[in-house]
Amino acid sequence: MTDPFNPYLPEVATILETVQETHNIKTFRVRFDDEAKMAAFKFEPGQVGQLSAPGIGESTFVINSPPTRMDYLQFSVMRAGEVTTMLHGLNAGDKVGVRAPLGNCFPYEAMKGKNIVFVGGGIGMAPLRTLFLYMLDNRADYGDITLLYGARSPADMAFSAELPEWTSRADVNTTLTIDREADGWAHKVGLIPNVLLELAPKPENTVAVTCGPPIMIKFTLEALKKLGFEDDQIVTTLEKRMKCGIGICGRCNIGSSYVCVDGPVYTYAQLKALPNEL
Amino acid sequence: MAAVKYIASDKLPDWLKSLAAKSRVLVPVAEGGGVVFRPYAPGCRPVFDSDATAPPKGAVFPACQELFRYEQGKDPEDPGKPTLKLIASTEAEPTVVFGAKPCGARGFLIFDRVYIGKKFPDPYYIAAREATVFVTMACAAANVENTCFCHWVGSGPADGSGSDVLLTPVAGGYTAEAVTDKGAALLEDPALADGAAKADEAAAVKAAAREVLGEAPDIAASPAALLAAFDDADFWRDQSDKCVSCGACTYLCPTCYCFTITDEPKGMSGRRMRSWDACMHFQFTLEASGHNPRPTKAHRLKNRVGHKFSYYPTLHDGLVACCGCGRCIKSCPVSVDIREIVQNAVARAKG
Ligand SMILES: Cc1cc2nc3c(=O)[nH]c(=O)nc-3n(C[C@H](O)[C@H](O)[C@H](O)COP(=O)(O)OP(=O)(O)OC[C@H]3O[C@@H](n4cnc5c(N)ncnc54)[C@H](O)[C@@H]3O)c2cc1C
Ligand code: SF4
Ligand code: SF4
Ligand code: FES
Repeated sequence: MTDPFNPYLPEVATILETVQETHNIKTFRVRFDDEAKMAAFKFEPGQVGQLSAPGIGESTFVINSPPTRMDYLQFSVMRAGEVTTMLHGLNAGDKVGVRAPLGNCFPYEAMKGKNIVFVGGGIGMAPLRTLFLYMLDNRADYGDITLLYGARSPADMAFSAELPEWTSRADVNTTLTIDREADGWAHKVGLIPNVLLELAPKPENTVAVTCGPPIMIKFTLEALKKLGFEDDQIVTTLEKRMKCGIGICGRCNIGSSYVCVDGPVYTYAQLKALPNEL
Repeated sequence: MAAVKYIASDKLPDWLKSLAAKSRVLVPVAEGGGVVFRPYAPGCRPVFDSDATAPPKGAVFPACQELFRYEQGKDPEDPGKPTLKLIASTEAEPTVVFGAKPCGARGFLIFDRVYIGKKFPDPYYIAAREATVFVTMACAAANVENTCFCHWVGSGPADGSGSDVLLTPVAGGYTAEAVTDKGAALLEDPALADGAAKADEAAAVKAAAREVLGEAPDIAASPAALLAAFDDADFWRDQSDKCVSCGACTYLCPTCYCFTITDEPKGMSGRRMRSWDACMHFQFTLEASGHNPRPTKAHRLKNRVGHKFSYYPTLHDGLVACCGCGRCIKSCPVSVDIREIVQNAVARAKG
């Protein structure tokens, strides 16, 4: 007898590898123990999962490895509170639980043929990474790709092992920026919205995808508007507190939109139509 | 419609006993100054003439429920390797909720739309819902309180929706009508007699109770009116002025269905639990960055009323996520009245 699908029951997975990205961000690469389930697992860029460890509890994280690279599922966890602090104590070989995929995804089909501008701040780079790598793996489907990734300081920059590739590839325009001068930093210095205005990407046939801390988002939106981007050309992914991730527990609503199922990805035009409660 | 049955008051214990032999039977009993649902035991005295302080919500949706157990161990072949086993059971105990008022049982209609959703049906809820039968007691005129407003929200003192059997108090006992097949099966009991002779009296009792409630104001505009008031901070500050964010209104509400998920470790094993939670608490939406989209009680009360009278009906064919039971009004320590808030919002929209 097979039980009905239980959306609360995680898949047991094993941590293959961890990467200490920054002092407060740790990356976990995991695979389901059930190889058949791992082989059958499908998700789309932007979708999230509930990562948990027994006795520690669950938290929401974006799957930041793309569906084109299925050796493992990658989650990058910023230490923020109780669960994330305890998750940081886990290492390769430890068991975790994964409930995924949850939520909607980036409109990566509708973005085909368009130029893409990624604007990521801090841990907000995680969801962008999924889509960015997905697009690199399907490079011919997309137009010019611009990536602007900022962090407070060089030491706060996650995914540092990948940055040399991202900045040297000829088929993407990558700009890295930090808030203040630092020794040995060969890239930009300046706040993300200001650097964005300097880069001045053209809005024609372009979609901007942004994620980061609320204050960065606010000024990035203003910068994009200044550059002539329309509301429906701006895509973002929200971070609301979540529990169930399946539209039941009632925690993540903005009016009648439930971020865990109707989001976390919204266009700025969609957000404007919702009650103002970000 | 199946024939009306009748049970005399002095036969009621026989019926309850025979129901209790087959399943858990929850009845309203007086306890600690209130009325709550507890398992029936011979000799216990159910309270049928007033609405229970707490609705029978926990019968299907326990205040605290295990989602699964986990066991951590070591691989016997390779002790360096941890193992993890998850054990879940969605099984539910067969239950009869006996003597809830229509508003208490109707709460599950609001749950159903969310918990029996298409994409992620909740197996714990569905199992408990299927295992539970509601034998509901219609209200007589004398039971109607000034906090009752079931007639505003498409319900009424003899509303059988969400129930399986509807009892109506008449002289000497109760008439019993089956609402569902599950309910009809319960009425096949020797304690019940034919009730045809009592049918008119039962109809009169129902009509009299409805009469006491009087006319309902038109709140059809409430979904749009509440949205229109969303950014009116002064309006919400006024409405929530007295609130102390205690959450009593949500815990006692038959339609409030929010929960949290937490782990309960005990050495190498433990449980993942879900427990009732309340949008009236500051922590409910507090994010890791310290940002809170609902930082004040005004934001939170706006969500509570907005969800019931605007967002939920917008998503669910106009069904209001409130059954008008008045518990939140009666139990609020500072008398916040959801009826006034809805009417104020509607009046505000009219200008
Ligand atoms: C769709 C989505 C995607 C996310 N992706 C990532 C990611 O890729 N990497 C990453 O590091 N973080 C991500 N987050 C944020 C992450 O979920 C929270 O930082 C984390 O849950 C904090 O949990 P905690 O137990 O450590 O904090 P707690 O100890 O519970 O509490 C600390 C603070 O975190 C708040 N909190 C608890 N749960 C959440 C939550 N789910 N979201 C926001 N705040 C919460 C608490 O209210 C409190 O203010 C994402 C959140 C969402 C909703
Ligand atoms: S909101 Fe108040 S009146 Fe409405 S169902 Fe809940 S407790 Fe009853
Ligand atoms: S019961 Fe009253 S005081 Fe308590 S949270 Fe509800 S409205 Fe506020
Ligand atoms: S997280 Fe439970 S409803 Fe969205």
